[in-house]
Amino acid sequence: MPVARVRRVVSHPGLTVAATAAAAVALIPLIYLVVRVVQAGPDQLGAALLTARTAVLALRSVALAGVVTAACIVLGVGSAVLVTRTDLPGRRVFGVVAALPLAIPTYVAGFAWISTVDSFQGFWDAALVLILCSYPYVYLPAAAALASADPAQEEVARSLGDGSWRVLTRVTLRQIRPAVAAGALLVALYTLSDFGAVSIVRVEVFTQAIFTAINLGFDPTEALMLATLLVALTAMLLVGEMLTRRRGARYARLGGAGRPPSRVALGAWRWPSVAMLVAVAVLALGVPAASMLRWAAAGVSRPGTLAEVATAAGNSLWVSALGAVLTLVLALPIGLLTVRSPGPVSAALDRAAYLTHALPGLIIGLSLVFFGIHVAFELYQTVWLLALAYAALFLPLAVGVVGAAAGQSPPSLEEVARSLGRPPAYVLRTVTLPLAAPGLGAGAALVYLVCLKELPATLLLRPTGMDTLATELWRHTSFGAYAAAAPYALLLVLVAAVPTWWLSTRTGVFSHG
Amino acid sequence: MRPSRPVTLAVAALTVAVFSLAACGSDDKPGDKKLTVYSGRSEDLVKPILEEFQKASGIKVEVRYADSAAMAAQLLEEGGKTPADVFLSQDAGALGAVAKKGLFATLPAEVLAKVPAGFHARNGQWVGVTGRSRVLVYNAKQVPADQLPKSVFELTGPQWKGKVGIAPTNASFQAFVTALRIQHGEAKAKQFLTDLKANGAQIRPNNVVIVAEVNDGALAAGLVNHYYVFGKAKELGVGVDKLDAQLYFFPDGDTGALVNVSGVGVLTKAGTDPDARALVDFLLGTRAQTYFAQETYEYPIVDGVSTVAGLPALSTLEAPTIDLNDLDTLQETIQMIKDVGLA
Repeated sequence: MPVARVRRVVSHPGLTVAATAAAAVALIPLIYLVVRVVQAGPDQLGAALLTARTAVLALRSVALAGVVTAACIVLGVGSAVLVTRTDLPGRRVFGVVAALPLAIPTYVAGFAWISTVDSFQGFWDAALVLILCSYPYVYLPAAAALASADPAQEEVARSLGDGSWRVLTRVTLRQIRPAVAAGALLVALYTLSDFGAVSIVRVEVFTQAIFTAINLGFDPTEALMLATLLVALTAMLLVGEMLTRRRGARYARLGGAGRPPSRVALGAWRWPSVAMLVAVAVLALGVPAASMLRWAAAGVSRPGTLAEVATAAGNSLWVSALGAVLTLVLALPIGLLTVRSPGPVSAALDRAAYLTHALPGLIIGLSLVFFGIHVAFELYQTVWLLALAYAALFLPLAVGVVGAAAGQSPPSLEEVARSLGRPPAYVLRTVTLPLAAPGLGAGAALVYLVCLKELPATLLLRPTGMDTLATELWRHTSFGAYAAAAPYALLLVLVAAVPTWWLSTRTGVFSHG
Repeated sequence: MRPSRPVTLAVAALTVAVFSLAACGSDDKPGDKKLTVYSGRSEDLVKPILEEFQKASGIKVEVRYADSAAMAAQLLEEGGKTPADVFLSQDAGALGAVAKKGLFATLPAEVLAKVPAGFHARNGQWVGVTGRSRVLVYNAKQVPADQLPKSVFELTGPQWKGKVGIAPTNASFQAFVTALRIQHGEAKAKQFLTDLKANGAQIRPNNVVIVAEVNDGALAAGLVNHYYVFGKAKELGVGVDKLDAQLYFFPDGDTGALVNVSGVGVLTKAGTDPDARALVDFLLGTRAQTYFAQETYEYPIVDGVSTVAGLPALSTLEAPTIDLNDLDTLQETIQMIKDVGLA
C-alpha cells in the first residue's frame, strides 16, 4: 500500500501537511521581507545594514534583551519558587498577583513611568519597564513546571544528605530548565521586537532605527532591510535555546498519581520574601494604576459616550477571541506533531513558528497588507486578515503550550482508538482534543490577552472604521488627550487581567515541553 | 481516512461565512455616494468635520485613521488595489511620497485655484487644506521675552545649551530642514544641524511631547508646529494665554517660521468620482475652513475665512517665501539628519 510506504518516511502525513501550512502563516512576514529585499537588491541591503549606527543599535538591542531576559529569569523563577515551594504567607494571592503584569501593555507602563518619575529615560529605565511587564512569561511556565514536577528526585537528593538550597539549585531548578528556557526565549524575542516602551522611555535600540526609517521619507524599504537583521538574531537565539534543551535532560513522572510538591520553610526569610513580592507588585501594577487615575483627574478631555467605549471593548473582545481561536487552530498541528512525531521535520516547523517573532508589529502588519493585496484580497481589511496577523504574531506563544498539553495525553490512547477502526479526525475530536483541552485553554487565554494589547498591526489591518480599546488609547494619546485615554487604558488592563488571572490559577497546565 | 461529516460541514460553513462577509465592503463605484478616506490626521481633529460633510452631502464616509507615515507606507504597499478614495494627510511630505509612486489623480485647475500657488502640488496631485507655521514654543517663566532669538540660527548659542527640544523624525521638522537647505545652502544647513546637536538639543519623538515638556518646565523651548499649544490648553481646560508654554514666530522671513500645509490627494481610481471631488471642495469651503481655524487652531488657506483669536493672521507672519513644491528633496534631508547624528 502506497500510504504505508509514505508513512514509513513521514509518520502522520496529514498532520505534517497541516503543520506545514500553519508554520507558513508565521513565515508570511519572512516571505515579504525576502521579496522586498530581492527587489531592492543587495546594494541597498548592504547600505542599510553595514553602518556603524546599525551595529551600535543592534548591539544595544541585544544587550537590552540580555539584561531583561536575565532579570526576568531571576524574578520569574524566584517568584515561582516562592509561591509553589515555600510556606510564604498569602501564597495563593501572590500566585495570581505575580502573573497580572502580563495584562499591562508595555506602552502603557512606559508612559506611566515617565509621567511618574522625573527624567525617567535611557537603557536601564527601559529595561526596568520591560522586566516588570514581561517576567510573567517566565513566571507562569516556571510555576507550572514547579507545581507538576515529580518530588521523588528531590526526596532522593534530600535522603542523600543535600540541604534545601542544594536540592533547589541542583535538582529542582534543573528539572524546570526547559520550561524556563522557553519562557526566557519569549522574553528575549519580545524585548527585541518592542517599540512602544523603548520609544517612550527614550532608549535608542534597533526597532527605533526601523521606525525612524519608516518615518523618515515615508518609504518602508530601508526599514524592511533593517528588519532582516532581527530575523537573523532570532535564528541565533533559537539555535542557542535548542542547545540548552539538548543539554537539559527530561525528567518525566512515570505513572502513579501526582503528589503535591514538598515545601520549604522560609524561616527568617519569610517577611523579606513577602516584602520583595509586594515591592514588585507595587512597581509593576501600582505605578501604572496610580498614573492612569492621575491622567483621568488632570485633564478635561473625555472618552466619548459610554456606547463608544462599550463598542471599542466589544470589538477588542471579538477580534482577540477570533485571533486566539485561529492561532490555536494553527498551533494544534505543530504542537501535536512535535509530540507525536519528534524529529527534524517537526523541530524545523516548531522553530519556524518562532522565526519572525522578534519583528515589530508594524512590519508584521505591513507583510499582511502585502499578503492581503496580492494573495487574499477578499479578506483585506476584514477581521479575518487581522486574526491571521495575530496568528502570525503570536503562534509561538500557542505552539509551546499546545505541545506541552498534547504531551500529557499518552499516545497509546489514540493508538487504541485507531486500532478499533476510528478515522483520525474522529480520534482527534474524541480522544486527543478532550485530553489536551485544559492546556489548549491556557494557550488560548495567553494569545487572547496579547491580542488585546496589540496595536501597530491592528491599526494597519482593522476593518475601516472599527475601533478597539488599543486603537482608542492610541487615538487619544497621540493628541495628548490623556484624560480621555485613561478609561481605555484602565479598561484594557482590566479586560486583559481576566485571562491572566485564569492562567495564573491554572499554572498546573501552563508548561512547556 | 475521510474527515467526519460534521467537520466537513463546519469547514464549508466557515468558508462561506468568510467570503460572504469579505464581499460586503469591496463594491466601490464612482458616484455611489460612498467614500473611503485614509486619514493620517488625528481622529479627534477631523472626525467632526467629516461627519458634517456626510450629513450635508449624503455621501457615506468610511475613515481609517493611522499616523501619516504608517498610512503612506500602507498606501504604497496597496498600490493600485487600495480601497482608499481619498488620502487626508498631516503634511505635504507624505502626500509627495504617495504622488511620486503615481497613485494620485490630477486635481482640476479650479480646485487648485482656491489656494495660494505655493500650497498645492505643481503637477496638481494634491492640494493643501490648512496651514501651519513652524514656531519656537518657549516656557515664559524661564525665557524672558527680550531674550527670544531673532533667528533659528541663534539656538546654537551657549545660552540655549541643552534647552531646546526637537523632533527630527517628525515630517514637519524635516520640511524645515529642507527649507534651510534651499534658503541657505547645503553647507550652512548641515553646519546648523551639527551645531544644534553639539549644543545638546533634546531629541523627542514628537511635537506633543515637546510642548508638554516645555509647559511643565522640563524643557525651556522647542521647535514645533504652532497648533500643539492649543491642543495642550484644551486638554487642561484653560485658554492658551494661561499656559506657561507660549508661541514665538521667528521674524524677517527666517526659516524657523516656515509655513507648511496639511493636505488632501485623490487616489487614481477615484479621479473621476464626483463624491471624492465633493469632499475636496467641502474641505476647501468656508464651513470646513472655519472649523479648522476655530477648532483645530490651524490657518485657513482660502480667501474670506479668518484666523482664530489669539493667533497672528497668516498674512501678518513674516514667513520665508518658499514654494512647498521645492521641498521635494526629502532623501537628501534625511541623509543630512542621519549624517549629523540627529536620527
